[in-house]
Amino acid sequence: MAVHHLQTPFSEAVIRQLRVEDIVYFNGTLFGIRDLTQIYMFDQNHEPPVSLEGMPCIHTAPSLRKIGNRWEKICVGTTTSTRMDRFSPDLIGKYGVRAIIGKGGLYEESLQAMKKHGAVYLAIVGGAASLETQQIEEVEAVYWEHLHPEALYKFRVKDFGPLTVAMDSHGGHLYFDVKKEALRRLPGIYNQLGID
Amino acid sequence: MNDLDYQVVEEVAKELYIRALCDLPPDVRVALKKAYEKETRATAREAFKAMLKAVEIADAQKTLICQDTGLPIYMVKIGSEYCWNGYMIKEKLTEGAKRATLEFPFRGSSTHPLTRKNPQTSVGKGLPVLYFDYVKDTDCLDILMAPKGSGSENMSTMKMFYPAHGVKALKKFVVDTVVESGANPCPPGVIGVGIGGTSDLVMRLAKEAIVRPVGQRNPDPEVAEIEMELEEAINATGIGPMGLGGDISTLAVHIEMAYTHITQNPVAVNTQCWPARRSRAKIYPDGHVEYGY
Repeated sequence: MAVHHLQTPFSEAVIRQLRVEDIVYFNGTLFGIRDLTQIYMFDQNHEPPVSLEGMPCIHTAPSLRKIGNRWEKICVGTTTSTRMDRFSPDLIGKYGVRAIIGKGGLYEESLQAMKKHGAVYLAIVGGAASLETQQIEEVEAVYWEHLHPEALYKFRVKDFGPLTVAMDSHGGHLYFDVKKEALRRLPGIYNQLGID
Repeated sequence: MNDLDYQVVEEVAKELYIRALCDLPPDVRVALKKAYEKETRATAREAFKAMLKAVEIADAQKTLICQDTGLPIYMVKIGSEYCWNGYMIKEKLTEGAKRATLEFPFRGSSTHPLTRKNPQTSVGKGLPVLYFDYVKDTDCLDILMAPKGSGSENMSTMKMFYPAHGVKALKKFVVDTVVESGANPCPPGVIGVGIGGTSDLVMRLAKEAIVRPVGQRNPDPEVAEIEMELEEAINATGIGPMGLGGDISTLAVHIEMAYTHITQNPVAVNTQCWPARRSRAKIYPDGHVEYGY
């Protein structure tokens, strides 16, 4: 388990170094996206008003408050990624996103896009929103404000993590591995419980 | 002697919701620390460290541990030695849940199932979820509050087995549910299991099981035995914290049981995420309140 301290934007070379089960912390910019953000982008064909090239995107659950022109954080957590799987290959292929952060992981097509373009999936500890909120230094911008709380958010973060590399650019997929191992162990477990 | 000002129930309902979201019960903290000490996989240890840090930050800043403030559930036990007004209790609990949401303020998650409109109050038709039970030899109103987030609630399962399937079918169902749920319910949480009853009662039993203090066994030794067996089985799957692999996949398995029909053999699983949130208060007829977990 290697521990990496990174800075955004991420280069392809840096991302290709990451392997499943490595731990990542990073500083810099983090974009927050959600179901509706991506429906708006991909199904309704709206070009993002800011470049996502080399950037990490998090499946965010933001509780924010607007004071004048400034957005302040109340509590920002992470939501389940699997719901947004179908957008991920384009996020990586079309917009150059280098890291998708969330919980629960993504599926095969996303894994292939990561392999092809050089991107990773980083798993955050779900439920630990108080920690995540503390690591977000500022809400720098909210694009497509009318979609809030599912807009496009630009956060500035410091020592954001720990994030576990759960899908890498070499075809490694930690969730698949863990599931496969659990299924391998199940017959033995059934046996212990007296289940034939 | 119905002279209690029921406003106290509203204040308590509001306070309980906020307390549950910000202050993790001591038994859950102990269980998380023990899990961290026992865990051997390096990435899983990092996850436990982050969990414990999140709890600490929530303490220091009096803030939410998790942004999913869930749907509010109040489990109420009405003491027999005072004439409690059930309707007033229901009204005030509802108002208290709403006020917690608006006054803290935090995101309300209650939504109309067809229009998907969210009133941002955490309540609405049928909400909060209210359970009433009645106990003797006390005059107090005992309220347990649990906010239920969607990551874990979406993984709930129930099945009506037949008597011919035996107890082993129930055990297999629980283990299979946990493996199938994987990372989604933010493991390692409390696995609540209901055994017996009717289809609705078995789910309610599973829900009651998740709010029992972690480490407390079912008083029936036969049931407690199955709890321990299932804990060991679930940890042996290697699912680990956040489904990323590890030695600890559950903090505890709790089973609640009820009698069922001679032709039935129901089981239900309701998972609570690692921040197994709950709070509790006792209200006495003189308006005195005791808070706990």
